[in-house]
Amino acid sequence: MADAAKPAPAKGGRANTKKELPEHFKAYKHVWVAVEIEHGSVHSVSFELLGEGRKLADKRGVELAAVLMGDDREALGQAAQDCFEYGADCVYIACDPALKHYRNETSTQVLTDIVNTYQPEILLLGATNLGRDLAGSVATTLKTGLTADSTELAIDEDGSLAATRPTFGGSLLCTIFTLNFRPQMATVRPRVMAMPEREEGRSGRIVEFAPNIVEDDVVTKVLDFIDDRDSDTAALPYADVVVAGGLGLGSVENFQLVKELAAVLGAEYGGSRPLVQKDWITSDRQIGQTGKTIRPRLYIAAGISGAIQHRVGVEGADLILAINTDPNAPIFEFAHLGIVADAVTLLPALTQAFARRLRVTRMAS
Amino acid sequence: MHIVVCIKQVPDSAQIRVHPVTNTIMRQGVPTIINPYDLFALEEALRLKDRLGATVTALCMGPPTASESLRKALTFGADRAVLLTDRYFAGSDTLATSYALSMALTKIGEEFGTPEIVFTGKQTIDGDTAQVGPGIASRLKLNQLTYISKIVATDLEAGRITVERRAETGTQVLATRLPVLITMLEATNEMRRGTIAQALEAARAEIITWNASDVGIEDLTRCGLRGSPTIVKKVFAPTARSEAAEMIAAEGTMDAKARAVIDAIFARAPGVEDDLTAQALHHYV
Ligand SMILES: Cc1cc2nc3c(=O)[nH]c(=O)nc-3n(C[C@H](O)[C@H](O)[C@H](O)COP(=O)(O)OP(=O)(O)OC[C@H]3O[C@@H](n4cnc5c(N)ncnc54)[C@H](O)[C@@H]3O)c2cc1C
Repeated sequence: MADAAKPAPAKGGRANTKKELPEHFKAYKHVWVAVEIEHGSVHSVSFELLGEGRKLADKRGVELAAVLMGDDREALGQAAQDCFEYGADCVYIACDPALKHYRNETSTQVLTDIVNTYQPEILLLGATNLGRDLAGSVATTLKTGLTADSTELAIDEDGSLAATRPTFGGSLLCTIFTLNFRPQMATVRPRVMAMPEREEGRSGRIVEFAPNIVEDDVVTKVLDFIDDRDSDTAALPYADVVVAGGLGLGSVENFQLVKELAAVLGAEYGGSRPLVQKDWITSDRQIGQTGKTIRPRLYIAAGISGAIQHRVGVEGADLILAINTDPNAPIFEFAHLGIVADAVTLLPALTQAFARRLRVTRMAS
Repeated sequence: MHIVVCIKQVPDSAQIRVHPVTNTIMRQGVPTIINPYDLFALEEALRLKDRLGATVTALCMGPPTASESLRKALTFGADRAVLLTDRYFAGSDTLATSYALSMALTKIGEEFGTPEIVFTGKQTIDGDTAQVGPGIASRLKLNQLTYISKIVATDLEAGRITVERRAETGTQVLATRLPVLITMLEATNEMRRGTIAQALEAARAEIITWNASDVGIEDLTRCGLRGSPTIVKKVFAPTARSEAAEMIAAEGTMDAKARAVIDAIFARAPGVEDDLTAQALHHYV
């Protein structure tokens, strides 16, 4: 019942048709990207969104702006320069010690305040843990629509934002509008949009925004931050190469073969959901609908059948190689390359052959 | 302590079929399940109940048939089940859904005591938006803790809670004041099954059923399609990939097959070889 995924919306609903925009929304102009900064660095999804936002702004004939929130004015200045070079005309900077770490409470308040002050027509965020957390609260506070995890953004003939997103676990796509409310909000997952060309030396306007927050009033405190680089948590979503195994491997001992190939390739490893249930891998290595979405350049799937819930997590891979004993396994319907073979014997041979080949290439170069 | 867990009944996405002509979801005969992330939330609530003693209320908005999911929650160990159902809720997007659920939560607070913790799953598997939890928290002005992988400590006396939250590049350890809304990430531990006695009791238990006016919703334009700022204009099936996988038909030894596989990979994606060489160097010097 909930969520924006009704196949056939009933006609005549209130919000269903575009009306003359209420007077108080008419001032809303420009396309904005709320930039994601965690531990001093800008998430690449924000630059991807600036690239996409640039196209929307040009189509609407308006400005593209970025919003930066943080506690280090110098770092924010550097980030602002990056935003200009990736296409922003204007950057709003909110600098305050209370914005050192991301917290829902502080960021929601500051972003809502900036939006209410400068009134963008379109507001985009990354569909990351941070972006979805923030977007959900900001949209509710502003009582406006929000389309999650969009895969395509466009401006329709009326000038409205058309956001397309997958629904029902990827089996359908739907195009969603927010016609009578402002801003029109959407989130987009990392690496769905292309990284824009960087234009060195491009510059723009900076608007300083004084946040109305006091650390002592903020009830949620960040006690610690355990960086993934200091733990063995898998960085699957960002890995360039991923090797994964499924139930077809037969045993946890055989799953080692996946890890060995991954080690030779300098890749991350993962698996299908049943492996988490069997304790062969930890849940942060599960790939798929209820696990991680990955977008590697190369994905090797060994002994995985390719159920729809697995498929939606790997479809963004540039090249999928499937190894399966069953020539009719569904994975061969969406893999680019396939081989009907026993993964338990092929994996070690692959590991050896890759090691040889890559070492030979190194010696030759 | 009073804990409320929001659960949604969703179609089992493994069984979903799309009508080839109309491009609509064919729900007929598709089995429904409790949204898997909501089960993680329920399990976490039941663990807190085991440790600290608590009353757990399961809340579900949905059609009358969603009472099945609530009964299942009772079987697992929830103490009370509330179904929020009304035809005016049909077509609700996340903003309208969070409105209806927040009204039900307020009513639950009045009737059964204000909850210290409201749990939801991190997202549903049919809508996938992850917006309803933050929406409820914003409406009820609860501290919001999303993507929680672990509850580190709960100090009821001091009204404080400490959690681990998955951020994009690491894990945040956060402390905040109760009451809170927590959205749960996948857990490693299995969901409990519930005893036969619990199942028998759940079969007989009353499901408290409320409609819009029961929870004090007077302005029905805030519900359902009319209360939803987002409008679904078009639904369509993704274009199927035209070609199936290119099959590598290698003969001979496993080594020969392995070499054929590698050749095929590098023929399709020559750039990958340079990347791999660089990465392999990194690991093998
Ligand atoms: C709500 C829900 C959410 C889910 N979320 C996810 C998710 O996020 N990710 C996920 O992966 N799944 C998910 N699933 C589970 C999914 O539906 C499948 O059950 C699962 O992906 C199957 O895992 P598998 O392919 O490893 O195992 P199986 O389906 O058992 O397939 C094993 C495959 O290995 C092949 N095989 C057997 N022996 C060999 C051999 N020696 N060499 C090579 N191949 C061999 C077989 O031919 C078969 O194709 C979800 C399910 C539900 C209901």
